[in-house]
Amino acid sequence: MAEILKRNKALAVNPLKASQPLGASLAFLGINKAIPMLHGSQGCSAFGKVFFVRHFREPIPLQTTAMDQVSTVMNADENVIEGLRAVCEKSNPALIGLPTTGLAETQGTDIKRLVKDFYAKYPEYAHIPVVAVNTPDFTGCLESGYALAVKSTLEVLVQPGNKVGKRKKQVNVLAASFLTPGDIEHIKELIEAFGLRPLALPDIGDSLDGHLTETDSSPVTVGGTPVGDISTMGESIATLVLGNSLFDAADFLKTQTGVPDYRFDSLMGLDAVDSFVMTLAQISGKPVPEKIERQRAQLQDAMVDCHFMLGFARIAMAADADLLYGFSRLVTEMGCEVVAAVTPARANILQSVFATQVSIGDLEDMEIAAKKNGAQLVISNSHAVETARRLGVPLLRAGFPQYDLLGGYQRLWVGYRGTRQTLFDLANMLVEHGHHEPEPYVSIYAQRTGVGRDLSRHAGEVGMNPGLRNCNHLTGDGLAAPAASQTTH
Amino acid sequence: MQAKDIAELLNEPACEHNTKSKSGCARPKPGATAGGCSFDGAQIALLPIADVAHIVHGPIACAGSSWDNRGTRSSGPTLYRIGMTTDLTEQDVIMGRGEKRLFHAIKQAVDSYSPKAVFVYNTCVPALTGDDIGAVCKAAAEKCGVPVVPVDCAGFYGTKNLGNRIAGETMFKYVVGTAEPLPVPASAQRPGITVHDVNLIGEYNIAGEFWNVLPLFDELGLRILCTLSGDARFHDVQTMHRAQANMVVCAKALLNVARKLQTDYKIPFFEGSFYGVTDTSMAFRDFAKLLNDPSLTVRTEALIAREEAKINLALDPWREKLRGKRVLLNTGGVKSWSIVSALQDLGMEVVATGTSKSTEEDKARIRELMGEDAKMISDGSPKALMGVFREYKADILIAGGRNMYVALKAKIPFLDINQEREFGYEGYSGMIELARQLALTLQSPVWQSVRKPVPWTRSSVLGVELGV
Repeated sequence: MAEILKRNKALAVNPLKASQPLGASLAFLGINKAIPMLHGSQGCSAFGKVFFVRHFREPIPLQTTAMDQVSTVMNADENVIEGLRAVCEKSNPALIGLPTTGLAETQGTDIKRLVKDFYAKYPEYAHIPVVAVNTPDFTGCLESGYALAVKSTLEVLVQPGNKVGKRKKQVNVLAASFLTPGDIEHIKELIEAFGLRPLALPDIGDSLDGHLTETDSSPVTVGGTPVGDISTMGESIATLVLGNSLFDAADFLKTQTGVPDYRFDSLMGLDAVDSFVMTLAQISGKPVPEKIERQRAQLQDAMVDCHFMLGFARIAMAADADLLYGFSRLVTEMGCEVVAAVTPARANILQSVFATQVSIGDLEDMEIAAKKNGAQLVISNSHAVETARRLGVPLLRAGFPQYDLLGGYQRLWVGYRGTRQTLFDLANMLVEHGHHEPEPYVSIYAQRTGVGRDLSRHAGEVGMNPGLRNCNHLTGDGLAAPAASQTTH
Repeated sequence: MQAKDIAELLNEPACEHNTKSKSGCARPKPGATAGGCSFDGAQIALLPIADVAHIVHGPIACAGSSWDNRGTRSSGPTLYRIGMTTDLTEQDVIMGRGEKRLFHAIKQAVDSYSPKAVFVYNTCVPALTGDDIGAVCKAAAEKCGVPVVPVDCAGFYGTKNLGNRIAGETMFKYVVGTAEPLPVPASAQRPGITVHDVNLIGEYNIAGEFWNVLPLFDELGLRILCTLSGDARFHDVQTMHRAQANMVVCAKALLNVARKLQTDYKIPFFEGSFYGVTDTSMAFRDFAKLLNDPSLTVRTEALIAREEAKINLALDPWREKLRGKRVLLNTGGVKSWSIVSALQDLGMEVVATGTSKSTEEDKARIRELMGEDAKMISDGSPKALMGVFREYKADILIAGGRNMYVALKAKIPFLDINQEREFGYEGYSGMIELARQLALTLQSPVWQSVRKPVPWTRSSVLGVELGV
């Protein structure tokens, strides 16, 4: 059980944390024809937009209630109601997500009542669901904001009922924020391989996977979970809950509908994926397809190949809790040691992280711990580039944001296939950055003449071209010697 | 910040937009607003000062989404790239512990990073709970022995533009005039050249682009005391009051600094730009004119003649590729002028431009530069932009990063000209990079490919059909 270290300094340096409103927005971006509108100042949305645009390299629909000085001091209720009206009128969305910000929460908004007031004032928009969620940025982080938005979506759209299994092949997938669009795509394929129909909420695998369409641009999301499908989640045969951060939302869904659920903290590493695949076999009543068995065998082969490089490797990592847990478990299963583990906010899963200590903190905390404990590799987001450079170790980019890596947003990490590639990448990075060989030592008794001159003479004998010999001469014998020695012996 | 202080900042006598209704002053519309807040604007304007610890006082969203996010470059210290925030928690907000945390945060920053100064950016939540950041900064400065400057720029005060002004106002109030420039080193003195001290205001050195121009300043004997704020140091800003001439680069955002330097220190200024051959030459001429040094004027003309001849030769092959290409430009403010001139230098035709931030005078100048047929777009929405793009048979959209993926999703060539871009276009040599980037996207073979529809008949079934 990991010891949790609380934040112990006044200043956060090189923040690791992305805010709750961002997380909530991300969840809503995984719903089809949706648009999130942050209740706060216009900057909250502008920064959020830039954050996601740079990560996904996609246009991101995100609006704001645009609180200004007057509405901040007096009352911003009208901003919410008129903002909702404007979005409905202009964009005709299938759903509006309405996360609050630190500003709105400090002022003290009653966001759920405002949604009721909106419907009362504008009944013509009663058919457009508005999902309000309290997500101040002075608590939690991206992961918790995302989870709160998923829960609120379920609360608004899933009615209590007792229709479990009415849709015989439909399986709900509650997908937490550690999953990339590529991950969700792969998970759906795995489920389909058992003859089941996945219904993922949210489904950024369908909306933020980066695909060109025939239409120009859209003021709302293109792709994602269809709003109409969400209300049928109570008719599924099972729910797969992917990520500890969504367990609270899962509790609600289960109580509301009675659909049995299967919960997973991680989908990386042999054991984690095994239990996921076995669950699919159990739910579907079908044997595991050969194709998946082959993928498992491929992973096992990769594990054997990579264990030389990964054994005893000292890894530092900084990420939101679910991702941190997944990576710590994966690398520990490969024989690595987690020497620094940092996460931006509290979460239930933290004490299960495979490390002796987990700090609530920032990238400076990780840098200090990594340095002290001799980390050989860092796993974190793009902000850790400078950290890794100062540490002199490679960085595996994971989590949010990844603004300096094309395709980082869609990378597949989970399943047998994703795990295999992760192991290859980790091993390659460690090899490339080298383990330390002894420094060359020349014995005091050695009576060798200048090594380079010696070899260049040999080179001449085997007919090395004169140009290269000239080159040796110009650059000095010693410099050119290693290359020459390769060709002569 | 009081409402009357904000109103005062919005009134900028040196700005020719001042007499017209100001888009920056209208209340933003809920549900239909784009663009950043005052904090965003203030941070953009000051963050490039490289040896300062920039602390964002507030909960995580403000710094968390924005630190280490900009293309501005430093030739020395990298402290400005270290993200710092008080990351206020719920307890801090409820118990009123923000001020205390800020004080300790400043101390921590000074202890661990030995900055030349600390800037504290106020944000919405502490502004609303009423943290007195001015008092905290004062106390911390006394305790730590370095200047600590409060930048009161909560997001709800207004737009990004207002934030720029707040930044300028803050520098003028707390920093400018607090130190003297060092004497010109003897090694840098050359016979026959009198060294003149100047400032550049509103130059951010995006992607290092100002380094295209800086050697020419050296050659002419123009010492830049401060660029506010690209590759600047705290001490540079302190000495701005000793310049003999100021140039406001490309945007009106920091015009208030130039105006105050003029009224308080009698430093004349002009507005100019380093985008395009014509405007770059014009900027050097304007400096020579303001400094009124006959030798400088002669040397400036010689430099311009030499550089223009050189760049024109180098641009010829690019002009072949770009001549007659039709551009849809969507950018606000003065920036569009400089870009229009740069594009015309390349033989391109600007067929339409966004005017949502322009006044009547601006529009008159658009007609003057682009001809009577030029289309002006007041609706900057993606849909409207694409409509105009097709109607006017444009070849390329040039706009800020915000519009980049709108263009790419519509499968049309695009050039990014805003702060986040990765290439520098300033100066004579910057024109080559601009031409290269334009040709690169215009000529790319990918446009043909991505416009091809699927070559097979579409199935009517979505997804994969499942077995029974």
